[in-house]
Amino acid sequence: MTETITQPIKMTRKDFVSDQEVRWCPGCGDYAILAQVQKVMPELGVAKENFLIVSGIGCSSRFPYYMDTYGFHSIHGRAPALASGAKIANPELSVWVVTGDGDAMSIGGNHLIHTLRRNIDMNILMFNNRIYGLTKGQYSPTSELGKVTKSSPMGSLDYPFNPPALALGAGGTFIARAIDRDQKHSMEMIKRAHGHKGTSFIEYYQNCLIFNDGTFSDLTDKTTKDESVLKLEHGKPMVFGVKNSKGLRLVGSQFEVIELNGAFNIDDVFVHNENDKNLAMILSELTYVDHLPTPVGIFYVKDEPTYEDMVHSQIQEAVSNKGRGSLEQLFKSSNTWTVE
Amino acid sequence: MTNSKTNVTELTEVTIRFAGDSGDGMQLTGTQFSDNTAIFGNDLATFPDYPSEIRAPAGSLAGVSSFQIQFSKLDIHTPGDDLNVLVAMNPAALKVHLGDVKDNGTVIINEANFTKKNLNLAGYDCNPLETDLLKNFQTVKVDMTKLVGTATEDLKLAPKLIARSANMFALGLVYWLYGRKIDNTVDFIQKKFAKKPEIVEANLRALKAGYNYGNTLELVKTTYHIPKAKFEPGCYRNMMGNQALAYGFMTAAEKSGLELFYGGYPITPASDVLHYLSGYKNMGVKTFQAEDEIAGVVSAIGAAYAGDLAITATSGPGVALKSEAIGLAVMAELPLVIINVQRGGPSTGLPTKTEQSDLYQAVWGRNGEAPCVVISASTPADCFYTAIEAARIALKFMIPVILLSDGYIANGSEPWRIPDVDSLPEFENHKTSDPDGYEPFDHSSEFLARPWATPGTPGLEHRIGGLEKWDGAGHVSYDPENHDHMLRLRQKKVDIIAEEIPDEVPYGEASGNLLIISWGGTMGSVRSAVEHIHLENKKVSHVHLRHLNPFPKNLGDIIKRFDKVLVPELNLGQLATMLRAKYLVPTIQMNINHGKPLKTSDVLNKINEILGE
Repeated sequence: MTETITQPIKMTRKDFVSDQEVRWCPGCGDYAILAQVQKVMPELGVAKENFLIVSGIGCSSRFPYYMDTYGFHSIHGRAPALASGAKIANPELSVWVVTGDGDAMSIGGNHLIHTLRRNIDMNILMFNNRIYGLTKGQYSPTSELGKVTKSSPMGSLDYPFNPPALALGAGGTFIARAIDRDQKHSMEMIKRAHGHKGTSFIEYYQNCLIFNDGTFSDLTDKTTKDESVLKLEHGKPMVFGVKNSKGLRLVGSQFEVIELNGAFNIDDVFVHNENDKNLAMILSELTYVDHLPTPVGIFYVKDEPTYEDMVHSQIQEAVSNKGRGSLEQLFKSSNTWTVE
Repeated sequence: MTNSKTNVTELTEVTIRFAGDSGDGMQLTGTQFSDNTAIFGNDLATFPDYPSEIRAPAGSLAGVSSFQIQFSKLDIHTPGDDLNVLVAMNPAALKVHLGDVKDNGTVIINEANFTKKNLNLAGYDCNPLETDLLKNFQTVKVDMTKLVGTATEDLKLAPKLIARSANMFALGLVYWLYGRKIDNTVDFIQKKFAKKPEIVEANLRALKAGYNYGNTLELVKTTYHIPKAKFEPGCYRNMMGNQALAYGFMTAAEKSGLELFYGGYPITPASDVLHYLSGYKNMGVKTFQAEDEIAGVVSAIGAAYAGDLAITATSGPGVALKSEAIGLAVMAELPLVIINVQRGGPSTGLPTKTEQSDLYQAVWGRNGEAPCVVISASTPADCFYTAIEAARIALKFMIPVILLSDGYIANGSEPWRIPDVDSLPEFENHKTSDPDGYEPFDHSSEFLARPWATPGTPGLEHRIGGLEKWDGAGHVSYDPENHDHMLRLRQKKVDIIAEEIPDEVPYGEASGNLLIISWGGTMGSVRSAVEHIHLENKKVSHVHLRHLNPFPKNLGDIIKRFDKVLVPELNLGQLATMLRAKYLVPTIQMNINHGKPLKTSDVLNKINEILGE
């Protein structure tokens, strides 16, 4: 008997590009993220037909149309719920949710938190531009307090959500942050999210050129980014700044910046542990603190059984305890009587 | 075993209502009586009625819970109108239900609960047992609680347990009154409370004490015999409406070779569908209790896209929340069943009471032109076949289907002839794996159903969503002509189903003076009224619609052959309006909104009123 060994055809970015013209505004951060996903997906070892990308409503939610995979552009806020149903129905799928700050945290907030707590295996990419783009420029649930927009001419009155803290509070098992302009790091985050079995949540800082341009410029401009971005790496000290000249040390439960120039050295710098939920909480609080750097990378990751695996193991357990049910048994499962 | 001094009278049918406080176990008592009656061989129909409060204050009018059953030697369609027997376990139950008892009917009372406090709670100024309020009835006053106490004296039970066993005393007494054996209930009690021997013993002694009380005392001079009904040969069981829906969808899944996915959020009176389905994991059923109504239906849409037979169940307020998503299913042309177990509306309305007021919502309640197929179930057992029909249409036509049930048939029960599994038809669906010429929105098949390419199928990768689609290729399109074409196409997908569903055949003659058109849970009351009027040789016919959108294609022709059309509904005239709009015929409305099932006598009165004009 001869065995035919089928060599998997190596896929490239092109395999994931659909025939639809991309219609985001020129210069939108979404282009970069689309390219990153299209580059990473061929390398994940997943058959192309097993990818399913689900989105809600908003600029980011056009994403599935540009990917040559299975895709579902659903309704506002509901992508995690739709993705949940699909994943429970077919756990073989690699399910991705593409959403925005308004879609995920405002109209769809309920689905986001419940998906996170259930730990259904999917990757949620939340493009956070801190503004409503598709409805043309109102403040979003991540806009800073006092934001002047079309719907808040005297400044917004809502305190913003802190996405990693929200995800941690909801019981998320993989929480990370990436920046649209940092391709290498973002692609690494996407790979890690895929590798995590459970709900992976990546908050993507993404620039909206039209309605909120420059909101993350401190984190992306060459002149400032070294001073303002803290790249979290598991087991490594939290250093940042030009030539990693600064670090964070923990005093009580607060981080403070230390200069690594003699008075302090690398041993004084706190070492990141991505499996420490308390640490992740403290790190998430750095999101809106001006005098401390903004963390990117993996805040927290933990292996927990996934919802869909537990659904299917309950089914298996029921079948092994009671045997596979049949309609005959079902129909006669209570008192019956016969009429001759 | 009947006392020799007691006469036995044969009756055709009897209606009994067990009523008491929410904590008195009336639902259990009624269910036991029903199961026993079914096994004996009567036809029967039941109607449980309970308060929306989980534990309303004990003894209050709001806390009264009841269970009604009609049983007969004939084929019956309803739980009955007026009562032959009322069992009232406390003053509040007497106050709420006495008005429904027939003259000279029997009222069985647990005297123990007629305390000053309970009388006050029920709003009685003086004890009705000491006035002439009950003079037109045969009253059986028993201190059930005291007698149960005596029967269980040696067990040294807590007074609370004694009081809670009084329902079994009442059940035993009614069993004796109708010459029934207690064996089935003995078995039931032994199984249900197997882990609590004390409760088994208390209940068994109470049951027997009640039975023997009737047998040995001469309070009641006559007992009754209701002979077995003539059923079609076969194996039967009792079936409740929500249970039948669950069974129907499990059957549809088996017959279509698909896995069943249920996504939903608990809501009265639909939650039992979820409860039943979650108990059948060994049938492979996947149930997902979602975070809200929206996630319930949206998860089902996701499961439908992924290739499962996907359903959701809710009640009116839940459908309101799901509306946008149902529109998405219309746009995506996916097979999906949305069950609405209707309750009194609007808003929170009367959550535990029945109504038929969501027909407009089902047919028209979405943004844009978003036509859905709408069908309705007519009796508890019919829920089984309506579920199968809903799944069949959804899969055959790649379309969302709304299935209307209501609180009355959801919780009611009747005997169900168990079908032969092999006789139930297999289903077709539109799954495809052939990339040759594949287009996601290809509508070239006979009934305009698009192909069902599910994720995981190589070469058929495609995108769908809520934006308007180009016919065929399925990409997003703002083209004016295409949009107009697609709106009409989605409407046609619904309309075309009329070609495929069976023609209506009126019950009664094909033409005549009066045609009654009904839908949903009023079937039994209307049919009973029409059967009655036929005894008087009057030309009244009945069409009961299962298919509400589209209507059966011959409905217009049937209507033309009658002088008048009467449409009885538990709403303000929703089907009547739809019939007028579609067939341009005058319809006579009959609308009652009491949160209760339609009464046969009300329909009969209305028929006579119309025929007398």
